Amino acid sequence: MEELVIYLVIIATLLGAFGGAGVLVWFERRLLGFWQDRPGPNRVGPFGIGLAVADIIKLFAKDDWIPPFADRFIFTFAPTAVVMAMLMGFAVVPYSKELYVTDLNIGLLFFLGMTSLAVYSVLLGGLSSNNKYALFGGLRAAAQMVSYEVFMGLSLMGVVMLSGSFSLVDIVNTQAENVWFIISQPLGFFVFLIAGIAESHRLPFDLPEAEHEIVAGFHTEYSSMKFGMFMLGEYLGLILISSMIATIFFGGWLGPDFLPAPFWFLGKTFAFICFFILLRAGIPRPRYDQLMSFGWKVMLPLTLVNLLVTGAVVLWM
Amino acid sequence: MLELGLFYTSATVALVATVFAVTRYNVAHALIYLIISLLASAVIFYLVGAPFAAILEILIYAGAIMVLFVFVIMMLNLGSPGDGVEHQWLQPGMWIFPSILCLVLLAEIVYMLSSGDRMLQGKMIGPKQVGIDLFGPYVLAVEIASMLLLAGLVGAYHLGRKYLIDAREES
Repeated sequence: MEELVIYLVIIATLLGAFGGAGVLVWFERRLLGFWQDRPGPNRVGPFGIGLAVADIIKLFAKDDWIPPFADRFIFTFAPTAVVMAMLMGFAVVPYSKELYVTDLNIGLLFFLGMTSLAVYSVLLGGLSSNNKYALFGGLRAAAQMVSYEVFMGLSLMGVVMLSGSFSLVDIVNTQAENVWFIISQPLGFFVFLIAGIAESHRLPFDLPEAEHEIVAGFHTEYSSMKFGMFMLGEYLGLILISSMIATIFFGGWLGPDFLPAPFWFLGKTFAFICFFILLRAGIPRPRYDQLMSFGWKVMLPLTLVNLLVTGAVVLWM
Repeated sequence: MLELGLFYTSATVALVATVFAVTRYNVAHALIYLIISLLASAVIFYLVGAPFAAILEILIYAGAIMVLFVFVIMMLNLGSPGDGVEHQWLQPGMWIFPSILCLVLLAEIVYMLSSGDRMLQGKMIGPKQVGIDLFGPYVLAVEIASMLLLAGLVGAYHLGRKYLIDAREES
């Protein structure tokens, strides 16, 4: 029985993640349309929802071209790495008190480890394409993601101190007993949110693929479903980061009783996905050196102060 | 029994990958084998009941240090098109082997995650215990390591600063 539930959760997670990523392709553009005062995709099916399907069919039907000057194996392997790493990350996300794939006592670190392995996708994609724009994109991605990983991990340490565990189930349970961590760790939330956007390299921090400057960055040479995999990985990353924010800072499955627990989790995750899309609609892309100096000169000190104050409070209490 | 099987599989993967990391001519290939070797040793750490060490291996070595290595490789290698090293990259056969090793590891991790905690021996050391030990009996080692890191930081700062001054003098 127990095992059956786990398998069901795994299947539901896979379907939810892939389906969610597919629908997000349409949903993001539609929402951007609303926020930027234009119709957005509205022709295929009701509200244009058929666009998601049309887009996927288009991606599959396109010519899958591997450049003759590219390193064939890494070129093919690179797009899969991000999807694999992101899907592994979903293994530690708890949907309710009982519904989760696994409750590792290193859950939070496992999530951080998987996001850091996802860097290889962008990096190897840029390296193997043998194209200078792709190389620029890969270099930018490496520097950006390694830098932002540092405070992404550090910003969560305040939460770990307060809950005394890396396990995500324990972290949510702590929030059930006390307040949500958004109240006790607002600075940690702020840093994690920004680092999360940088880690999933979405706008406004999509410098690895900044299309005004370096064509399409690391996926310049990619076409068809290989490009689709990069896009899928990006959307999976978006969903994963949103669900992590919901779990760590907004009480995960906690909520009033009139809705079942997983719905609260899904609702909060959805709200954060919308927020990320709003950021994309509202904020322009910074320059690359601004991004890096903002990271090291503002975010890192902020995180360390947060860590220091939280530690002092924990000791004093 | 099963745990032993998992252990020997990942140990073999780690050994073979390390041998390949040493013997490859091409730096990029060697690095990929090194990453696989690190991931394999992470699996071994997990199996012997040290999940914290396992995840640190992935997070710090595979996820950060090796990324910096690849970063440096990217800066160095692509500058000279047409040299023999790049020619070797284009052989697709080079990449079959690491992918098989990686798939074996992936299958193992997926299996482990799906079947709960599997340990070689009954004793598991959680992250909390590691922390208590680090700041208890091993506090001296932690302090020495932190001083070493501080020295590295000061050194890096100094180098960067000198460069800045030079640049200013030239302009």
